[in-house]
Amino acid sequence: MGGSALSNSQLTPGVVPHRLPAAAYHDNFTDVAAPLDRHEAHVAADRCYFCHDAPCITACPTSIDIPLFIRQIATGTPDAAAKTILSQNILGGMCARVCPTEQLCEEACVREAAEGKPVEIGRLQRFATDVVMAKGLHPFVRADGTGKHVAVVGAGPAGLSAAHRLAMLGHEVTIYDARPKPGGLNEFGIATYKAPDDFAQREVDWLLKIGGIAIRNGMALGRDMTLDDLRATHDAVFLAIGLAGVNALRAVGEDMGHVRDAVDFIAELRQAGDKSALPVGRDVVVIGGGMTAVDAAVQSKLLGAENVTIVYRRSQDRMSASGHEQEHATSVGVRIICHAAPLAVHGNGTVREVEFAYTEETPQGLVQTGETFRLKADQVFKAIGQTLAGAPDGLALTGGKIAVDATGRTSLPGVWAGGDCAAGGADLTVTAVAEGRDAAMDMHESLQG
Amino acid sequence: MADLTTTFIGITSPNPFWLASAPPTDKEYNVRRAFEAGWGGVVWKTLGSEGPPVVNVNGPRYGAIWGADRRLLGLNNIELITDRPLEVNLREIKAVKRDWKDRALIISLMVPCDEDSWKDILARIEDTEADGVELNFGCPHGMAERGMGSAVGQVPEYIEMVTRWVKKHSRMPCIVKLTPNISDIRKPAEAAKRGGADAVSLINTINSITSVNLDDFSPEPMIDGKGTHGGYCGPAVKPIALNMVAEIARSPETYGLPISGIGGVTTWRDAAEFMTLGAGNVQVCTAAMTYGFKIVQEMISGLSDYMDRKGMTSTVELVGRAVPNVTDWQFLNLNYVTKARIDPDACIKCGRCFAACEDTSHQAIAMKPGRVFEVMDDECVACNLCVNVCPVENCITMVELPKGAVDPRTGAKVTDYANWTQHPNNPSVAAE
Ligand SMILES: Cc1cc2nc3c(=O)[nH]c(=O)nc-3n(C[C@H](O)[C@H](O)[C@H](O)COP(=O)(O)OP(=O)(O)OC[C@H]3O[C@@H](n4cnc5c(N)ncnc54)[C@H](O)[C@@H]3O)c2cc1C
Ligand SMILES: Cc1cc2nc3c(=O)[nH]c(=O)nc-3n(C[C@H](O)[C@H](O)[C@H](O)COP(=O)(O)O)c2cc1C
Ligand code: SF4
Repeated sequence: MGGSALSNSQLTPGVVPHRLPAAAYHDNFTDVAAPLDRHEAHVAADRCYFCHDAPCITACPTSIDIPLFIRQIATGTPDAAAKTILSQNILGGMCARVCPTEQLCEEACVREAAEGKPVEIGRLQRFATDVVMAKGLHPFVRADGTGKHVAVVGAGPAGLSAAHRLAMLGHEVTIYDARPKPGGLNEFGIATYKAPDDFAQREVDWLLKIGGIAIRNGMALGRDMTLDDLRATHDAVFLAIGLAGVNALRAVGEDMGHVRDAVDFIAELRQAGDKSALPVGRDVVVIGGGMTAVDAAVQSKLLGAENVTIVYRRSQDRMSASGHEQEHATSVGVRIICHAAPLAVHGNGTVREVEFAYTEETPQGLVQTGETFRLKADQVFKAIGQTLAGAPDGLALTGGKIAVDATGRTSLPGVWAGGDCAAGGADLTVTAVAEGRDAAMDMHESLQG
Repeated sequence: MADLTTTFIGITSPNPFWLASAPPTDKEYNVRRAFEAGWGGVVWKTLGSEGPPVVNVNGPRYGAIWGADRRLLGLNNIELITDRPLEVNLREIKAVKRDWKDRALIISLMVPCDEDSWKDILARIEDTEADGVELNFGCPHGMAERGMGSAVGQVPEYIEMVTRWVKKHSRMPCIVKLTPNISDIRKPAEAAKRGGADAVSLINTINSITSVNLDDFSPEPMIDGKGTHGGYCGPAVKPIALNMVAEIARSPETYGLPISGIGGVTTWRDAAEFMTLGAGNVQVCTAAMTYGFKIVQEMISGLSDYMDRKGMTSTVELVGRAVPNVTDWQFLNLNYVTKARIDPDACIKCGRCFAACEDTSHQAIAMKPGRVFEVMDDECVACNLCVNVCPVENCITMVELPKGAVDPRTGAKVTDYANWTQHPNNPSVAAE
């Protein structure tokens, strides 16, 4: 097993590091979409029609005034553009990088209807937000202190967004997070090439410039404190704990060696300084159909795996990863097999093959056809969905998530929730930001009252 | 391919596309390359009197405005006439003309406003075998302060006087180039005609400041912290030039006077438009300065294509075709009633027509659920604003109401032609 750093290649069997020449790792994990330079941004901005009651605004979960910010770029005032963006979405920089814009704003762009070529809203948003962040400008100031203190649990997009808004309105905020670093999935989940150069941490640092926010890492709700503790010591609590659990495969042999959760693999990858030292299989199988499956597959390929296959149990158009994401996967050489469900993991302590059954969609639901096949695998990633874990007792749940009303109020007085852990809304960074912001506004109102 | 050979005041060139007197025609090297690229003629960069040549600034001499994708829409310059010695220019002109007999070569002139100066320069150019002269009465900066260029062009009496001198001392065809920096373009054209000019060319550049540097508080182009007005040209000036050409073409005083159309000609289409309004040929400067000499190839193929489609075999058939249709407002048919129509299939739902009509026009567009936009005929005054702001060509069109139909806005029937001179609201009609 293994092989030395010098002799490994894509063809080396097993799960080994250094499959590629050292330089390849840098190229593979750098910005997938290059930023626009000033001229390109002006050209792109000129394409915006400045629509009346623009459909892109409606399509943005945070309702950024897109035509306005694009016009501000076009007229040479990117700082003003950034303020327009950030006043609706304080993580506008990250969202510019990770939003599936082809399903959101850019899908609604009238130029998509007209020419199949929307205004490049995401890249323009990145241009504007990069400009202010590079200058170190934080265009918001805190209101006078209110004397109120809010606990935010979870330093992901939802928690950070709520914290910023609350702090801006003059409240004192403490964010508690179980992980050693803030950022949530921005730091531990999002594909490396979407936000390279430590962007997640730089964005958090920039966000904290508002003042009035303390972050306490390594503090897990349920382990280091209880919800009752927090309610007793704070005027309000916002839960933004994401989805810390994962679904099991329910296939024979899934606890064999080199079978692991895709999210863990991705978190490890995100934290690794030297990507070449990360071991990866020659034949990698990823089971699932969402963004996590795609990210695990693509990044396995970028680490040097020879064959990477995503296996999804339904038809390709039912995959929750966007068409754009799927295309990206196939463009780097990932194979996508649909209509196949895992039956068993075979091997001798560590995985050697995965057995699948073909499936078909029937009026009775998804059924196996009886025909099976096996894929060679020395590494398997499970990406069949994350689940809420560690939700405090006493909170009403719905559909396995914390039940909330339109402004994020839970069943417990003084407790709000938002982001992936809360019911409703798509599990996207931008939705988490929107929910955090809206809950903060509602908390503010109730704290003032 | 239609034959584009054009004869303008007796000067024949293989096509009606000439380069205007400007940097593209300032030296032999350029002009030879222009002819190789296919230009039908050139008006050589304006020559001054013998003696030490003028000097140009040594900082930037152009300013510009841009549209989408930094497309250059307007250019402004503070350049003077040629700054090269007269003998050099004359030697080069002669050499080029010897090798390019089928192309038009006109010499542009600007000398002080006295008969001797003109007599002298005309004698000097005599043996170059150039096809004609163009009198530069247009330059709005630098030379005007010295009593030349637009300082002459703004006084019709001077134009007439100088033109007379030129016709007296030279047998060459004479084109008088007009400045647009004047309130009624017909007056200098009439003066040129009285003086015996064979043609007028227009427009020269328009006095302008293109932009102001908001850090240094100086007009651009900025020379050591200061700027001055320059001459504006390029696509932005075309509408102004078209009107001036049309005014001369349709005025009874100047009707039939040959016109060389200049100002923003960038494509074959622009050229064709000038020609329909009475220009016998066109001159181009900014487009060549923006894209290089090669654009003439598009102009040539485009104009021939168009003429083929229209069944025209000579540019003569095109020249002046639109002149009879240029009229005064008071003669427009007030009983021509149209309504805007939005094609729902072509509509991309941007809503710009709605914003425009609702905020600044006649509240005649309804925005229905699903971003469906519809014109309300009982409010639409047919102003055309929605058509102009719609990003999709032909999505919104103007549909004429047939005779006898009732205009839902006014409740009146559409009747036969009637204009303002016959309208009851016209005080002069009532007075009769
Ligand atoms: C692999 C992957 C790729 C993705 N790619 C994209 C993408 O490209 N674009 C996109 O829009 N979305 C993407 N998503 C989804 C997106 O990341 C999430 O929707 C978003 O991060 C949700 O934000 P959140 O704040 O609700 O939760 P999270 O980002 O999950 O943050 C939750 C935080 O709570 C902390 N926490 C959890 N439990 C506790 C506890 N008990 N006590 C204290 N702290 C706790 C966690 O440590 C974490 O920091 C991706 C998700 C994954 C898994
Ligand atoms: C830099 C520059 C220098 C010019 N110099 C002269 C000149 O010496 N003599 C002249 O008659 N016109 C001169 N012009 C005016 C042009 O010949 C022409 O009339 C004007 O630019 C309008 O045409 P366009 O829109 O095609 O550029 C100059 C224009 C420019 C841009
Ligand atoms: S033509 Fe003018 S009035 Fe009529 S719908 Fe269009 S914008 Fe409104």
